[in-house]
Amino acid sequence: MSDAQSPTDFDPVEPNTGHDFEPVDVFPDSNDFDLRPGADSCFKCSVCDTNCPVAEVDDDFPGPKFQGPEQWRLKQTDDDYEIDDSVMSCSNCMRCDNACPSGVPLSQMHNTARGEYVEEQMDKLSIEYVRNRILANYRTSATIASKVPGLANWGMNFGPARWLMEKTLGVTKEREFPEFASETFREWWTARGGADASRRNAQESRERMGLDRNADKKVAYFHGCYSNYNSPNVGQAMVRVFEHYGYEVVAPEQKCSGTPMFANGMLKDARRHAEVNVSSMSDLVDQGYDAIASCTSCSMALRQEYPELFDIEGIEKVASNTFESLEYLRIHEDIQEDIQETDVSGELAEEFAYHAPCHARNQGLERQSVELFRDLDGVGIEDVGESCSGISGTYGWKEEKYEKSMEIGEEMFEHMEHAEGDVGMTECPTCASQMEHGTGYEIRHPLELLEAALVK
Amino acid sequence: MAINSDVLVIGGGLAGLTSALKAAREGADVRLVSYKQSSLRHASGLVDLLGYTPDGEGPVTDPYAAMADLHDAHPYQTVGVETVRESMSMFDEVTDYRGDHTDTNALVPTHGGTVKPTARYPTGAAAGLASDDRDVLLVGIEAMVDFDAPHAAAHLEAAGVPFDVRGETIKFPGDLQADAKITRYAKLLDNNGEVAVRGRKKGARDALAERVNTVRENEARVGFPAILGDAHTDGVRAALEEKIGADVFEVPMGPPSLPGLRLEDALFEALDESGASFETGNPVVDFDADGDTIETVYIEKNGARIPNSADQYVLATGGLVGKGIESDRESVKEPVFDCHIEHGEDRYDWFDGDVFGDHAFASFGVETDETLRPLTADDAVEFENLRAAGSVLGGYDFAAEKSGSGVSIATGYVAGENAAAEAR
Ligand SMILES: Cc1cc2nc3c(=O)[nH]c(=O)nc-3n(C[C@H](O)[C@H](O)[C@H](O)COP(=O)(O)OP(=O)(O)OC[C@H]3O[C@@H](n4cnc5c(N)ncnc54)[C@H](O)[C@@H]3O)c2cc1C
Ligand code: SF4
Ligand code: SF4
Repeated sequence: MSDAQSPTDFDPVEPNTGHDFEPVDVFPDSNDFDLRPGADSCFKCSVCDTNCPVAEVDDDFPGPKFQGPEQWRLKQTDDDYEIDDSVMSCSNCMRCDNACPSGVPLSQMHNTARGEYVEEQMDKLSIEYVRNRILANYRTSATIASKVPGLANWGMNFGPARWLMEKTLGVTKEREFPEFASETFREWWTARGGADASRRNAQESRERMGLDRNADKKVAYFHGCYSNYNSPNVGQAMVRVFEHYGYEVVAPEQKCSGTPMFANGMLKDARRHAEVNVSSMSDLVDQGYDAIASCTSCSMALRQEYPELFDIEGIEKVASNTFESLEYLRIHEDIQEDIQETDVSGELAEEFAYHAPCHARNQGLERQSVELFRDLDGVGIEDVGESCSGISGTYGWKEEKYEKSMEIGEEMFEHMEHAEGDVGMTECPTCASQMEHGTGYEIRHPLELLEAALVK
Repeated sequence: MAINSDVLVIGGGLAGLTSALKAAREGADVRLVSYKQSSLRHASGLVDLLGYTPDGEGPVTDPYAAMADLHDAHPYQTVGVETVRESMSMFDEVTDYRGDHTDTNALVPTHGGTVKPTARYPTGAAAGLASDDRDVLLVGIEAMVDFDAPHAAAHLEAAGVPFDVRGETIKFPGDLQADAKITRYAKLLDNNGEVAVRGRKKGARDALAERVNTVRENEARVGFPAILGDAHTDGVRAALEEKIGADVFEVPMGPPSLPGLRLEDALFEALDESGASFETGNPVVDFDADGDTIETVYIEKNGARIPNSADQYVLATGGLVGKGIESDRESVKEPVFDCHIEHGEDRYDWFDGDVFGDHAFASFGVETDETLRPLTADDAVEFENLRAAGSVLGGYDFAAEKSGSGVSIATGYVAGENAAAEAR
């Protein structure tokens, strides 16, 4: 029928021809990073540069156009050209992707260049490398910390230890480490009875909704690290909301989505984790499950970064069957109407200052919470504008980036303070910590509000 | 299930935003979906109605009067001159643009030193009008090669402007890299961020004003390239005016354009206030129809197809720049609904041998009935619930006529109005 340009069958070298898009295969088969895709379609309009939050505050950062198409050209004209180290200042917010009228895959080029820089030019014994590796592998530290959450919570924010971390590792002492929950999401999930319990709950809901008890409604939850270790209440809300709509939930084996690793050029680490995630998700997709994430960086990784960077069996299938939780319900359920007919009272009857994470923006999801909850009685929700929060995952944790991170976030803090409420809301756990850090507000996830509204 | 609305607008440029806003104001439940950022980021931010006639005569003094003489297939004729006026008053209501006090085109100096006839201009450009006879100092920034102030001043003088104009180039205070982004300048000025001047920290606004004061003689107006803030542009201008002691204005620049970006922000804000929904970042790639009724369109997100259904649809996907129209060696087409586009069989007929000649490709686009429904090759309605607006339309050459924004606003307005009326 229609053959409008779609991003996946798009050959960046020759825009809009409808050829199949070949993602660059970065690891492990090839260490020869190919920055060509898209470089040729860049006509240097610099519109991408107007979207970059880092170029807006950092005098040394040459911006997305340079990191992508320009670096590639330099590489072509000079055999000895080495990737410029400024690529490490890109926070991988992926805002530039949305800008380019020629469809240049900017963030893919940045990820690729950063991978090459770290692999070939960075000193593996340098403090920077070690620090980045630790930050990128948050899941490893979190696993350990979650075994002794009380001690970890105390130790991580213990003044002298923080001072030492800044001096020796370059992890800013300005930030409060996220708190570890006393019970992880997975512990809760298992204790609750796992998938069997979820099936029973879903069946009850289907009966209540007048559906067939055995209707085929099932989702695989990609909870990611944060909602497992730090905010299991978000994962729990997600499970209860989906069960409320009659979905059976499973929580398959999974590792980190890889987001912090992409941003630090640790593509080998990311690939290892991606292999596990793709393999468990693709089996489930074959059985009719859709993959659902409650963190927008996780869904971004599974949907876009995986197929752009890796060539793993089943990767495309997983990408095209991954959704963000609220998005999924908007497509499949009449959630807008249900929201109009209900209300919230009590703890969550609040005015919320909502910030859309960059990675939600990139999936076209920046408006869904605002548009949904503005019809909900008992709450108010206000969009605090389009600026980036500035933390961008690990970026704002780096000592040398801390001030820039706060400068980027300044506009958001300002808008939050001008907003009516003094409770924040966002989908992204790191944005949440930046929002809290900059304003002192408590921050909630849309799923928590949805649970309060729908699951009484 | 699908995401539902009364009216679904496809495309988030000037035409899409205007039609979504109008439809929402008419009481429809509206949703707008758009792929990439619009051509507003490339455009100057000026809103032209009609600067030259299709025969190249002009500059046109009264665009409304000249519209009446356009050929019948021109979008302004389709919607009617009175409607163009109405659409412009909605635009005036939701932006802080100037020029609405008169039908006559304003003359705005551009970064190349020409004088451009335009119907509406941002408040920030107001002190720069060429019809004002106070002397002007143009200030260029060393690193911003797109605006050569002495050169632009010489050009303006040669064009016979009724005032003295001088250009000076200064270095932007602080240690910015040579190719700093326009958003870097804007952010520094927005926040009056600290810059180092000879080892001393100063606010960027103060330091910039001080530099200008060393080169200003006693011109009553000072023009800068359009980098004077983004979120707080009025504040930046006011602060500079106070410190320099002269009126301050921005000269519209080529892409990437801050005035275009600010206009986009203002329109999205108005759309939000109207209660409409919107989503950007993903393209519409396919649709289902039942006979000549479009039932559902599909947005593509990394391989997943998200269905969106509505009663009425507006196609506002732009022209060759916005990718609403595509061409290859064989044909020219509208890729979403495959609406008919009239073009010569032989591609050598698409353009003129002379670079500045009368190129057919410049006015390629869909043709419509009087309610803006696209027509097939034999003048039948393509889909009874689809309307088209903006540069996806044929019959005009915005670059030659300087009519781009005006046509987008007027046709967007009519498409939105009709769609809302039918949806009820
Ligand atoms: C360099 C330049 C300078 C200009 N200068 C001026 C000027 O000084 N004054 C003036 O009046 N006019 C100027 N114009 C013209 C003016 O900007 C345009 O005519 C007008 O903005 C077009 O608006 P539009 O909404 O029709 O299209 P666009 O702004 O092109 O918007 C189309 C939108 O549709 C989206 N889209 C495309 N395909 C799909 C799809 N399949 N699914 C979803 N969305 C899709 C695009 O991503 C885009 O956001 C200039 C234009 C250019 C390019
Ligand atoms: S990903 Fe974000 S930080 Fe990196 S270049 Fe693009 S816009 Fe800038
Ligand atoms: S937006 Fe695209 S075409 Fe324009 S400079 Fe950036 S990469 Fe190049």
